[in-house]
Amino acid sequence: MRLYRIKEAFVTQVKIITRHRFGTFGAVVLLFFALVGLLAPYIAPHDPWDTLRGADGKLAMLKPPCWEFPLGTTMMGRDILSQMILATRTTVIIGLVSGLISILIGANIGLLSAYYGGKLDEIMMRFTDIVYGMPFLPFLIVLISLFGRSMWYVIIAICCIVWRTSARVVRSQALSIRQRQYIMAAKARGCSDARIIYGHIMPNVLPLLLLYTAFNIAWSVLAEAGASFLGFSDPNNLTWGGMLYNLWISGKIRVAWWWFAWPSICIILMVSALVFISRAYEEVANPRLKQR
Amino acid sequence: MLLQIENLKTHYRISDGLVKAVDGVSLSIKENEVFGLAGESGCGKSTLIRTIMRLIPETAMVSADELSYREQKLLTLSDKDYRDKVLWKEISLVPQSAMNSLNPVYRVGDQILEAIQAHSDMGKREARDKVEKLFKGVGLQPALTRNYAHEFSGGMRQRAMIAMSLALDPGLIIMDEPTTGLDVLVQERILRELKEIRQKSKASIFLITHDISVIAEMSDRIGIMYAGRIMEQADAMELFNEPYHPYTLGLKNAFPSIQALDRELISIPGSPPNLIEDIPGCMFAFRCPFVIPECNEKRPPDLEIKPNHFVHCIRTDHVEEFRKRSGDKKTWQSSM
Repeated sequence: MRLYRIKEAFVTQVKIITRHRFGTFGAVVLLFFALVGLLAPYIAPHDPWDTLRGADGKLAMLKPPCWEFPLGTTMMGRDILSQMILATRTTVIIGLVSGLISILIGANIGLLSAYYGGKLDEIMMRFTDIVYGMPFLPFLIVLISLFGRSMWYVIIAICCIVWRTSARVVRSQALSIRQRQYIMAAKARGCSDARIIYGHIMPNVLPLLLLYTAFNIAWSVLAEAGASFLGFSDPNNLTWGGMLYNLWISGKIRVAWWWFAWPSICIILMVSALVFISRAYEEVANPRLKQR
Repeated sequence: MLLQIENLKTHYRISDGLVKAVDGVSLSIKENEVFGLAGESGCGKSTLIRTIMRLIPETAMVSADELSYREQKLLTLSDKDYRDKVLWKEISLVPQSAMNSLNPVYRVGDQILEAIQAHSDMGKREARDKVEKLFKGVGLQPALTRNYAHEFSGGMRQRAMIAMSLALDPGLIIMDEPTTGLDVLVQERILRELKEIRQKSKASIFLITHDISVIAEMSDRIGIMYAGRIMEQADAMELFNEPYHPYTLGLKNAFPSIQALDRELISIPGSPPNLIEDIPGCMFAFRCPFVIPECNEKRPPDLEIKPNHFVHCIRTDHVEEFRKRSGDKKTWQSSM
């Protein structure tokens, strides 16, 4: 019975996404990245940090895409395909973790402050306003200058910043749901506050939550790429942004188009895939969009 | 006594002053009785029941000399005890506009299930059977428990809410405007079912509506509420046959009667007072055609004019004159 419901819910989600042509595209791209990320250590042809030699025995330095190195090599003779595969894994993990944590924070702050209102609402929303005033990069710079460079500080910085939009949006929607008659009826039935918030209000803002989950993940991927490109992440943890950083410091950005192209294309693909999926959810949340 | 209310007050403090939404209401409901409370919109009916059910905002100031259910004092109970011991098990509610009282994202049956499981330790299967039985009891097919609220018509939703209110065999069911928004045929059928339910379940019903005809059809006892106070309270037949209060007389004029179809309907001119105003005397005084200066001096007592017939008026000794003159349209117009 329970399994049946989970399956039913899953089918509904798939339907929502595939009804939309771009949504389908986004789902396919995401699945591809997820698969690559999962299988990364098994499908990477070389160790991404190995300096490789070509068939002629010379260091394979800055080779453009060829049969031996399908996506080319770096300045140090490292295989870009292998680097891309491992970077996909890290990027997907960072995107998912920080995206999900931020929606968790945002949704809870939004729901609680809408439901309880009054002082709590005031405090939480003013806090959100303060976070709105915080720029991402300077915040990250302060964080790493205090604690050192690490992937985790990037994740923490993203989580601390991204939740703010979802908190505001969820709050506004929950405010209107809270006033509905059926919430009062649930209260009359003796539902506890937690049950009303998570059992009765949250399911009604779910389309919005899913939409903002996708948005948050997209934003996280972009923010991570930006931070890594500027060298704020751990250089030993390969990400797409980190690869671009390596290119930048090698000074070959005008020569090695392949070194530059693949990570950028992947960032664009990933972010647009997420936006397309969120767009598909947006149509559920706001059916008026369909007519356009 | 099932429900005993003595001098219940619900006041709100707002920036402009004190709003006396319910101002000294006393009433009592016996076991297996239908108590009908009638009144205009905004007279405090809903606030009264929300006070009983603790659904009012925390800013409200509630006080009462007595508010008890089967000798159990309600105001001293903690919120948790109230929820565990009284709510839904003993007092349940069919809320106003029951049509919108079902959560759109859950199956209707599951919402009733939630109510049952929250308040009793019934097993899931047993509870499910109970829900289906409840559905049958209000004339809905058991298979409909798996449907969503938007698949129901207005009457079906109303029935579902009534089924939900019966879920734990409560002693008192509060029904806030149970027939508003339904057409007369559905209304009639639901009222008939309510009567059946009442006979079967032995629950008392506290019926709240602005529709006098519904009250007249259903109730054993009737209270007439105006501006936060109960103006007159008596057994149903007595209240309609021998009304004492000028407001009751006025209401009687405003409703058509089957016996006298050609009678002209007379409305009461003016509108209820703003509840924020500090009115020392009778709330109805400045719409009342029989007003004398003393009416505005101090709050009239709830006189027990006959056993169990209470009137909130100081001029009950002139009732013969009131009854004679209230049928005349000019009486009411001259008061303005």
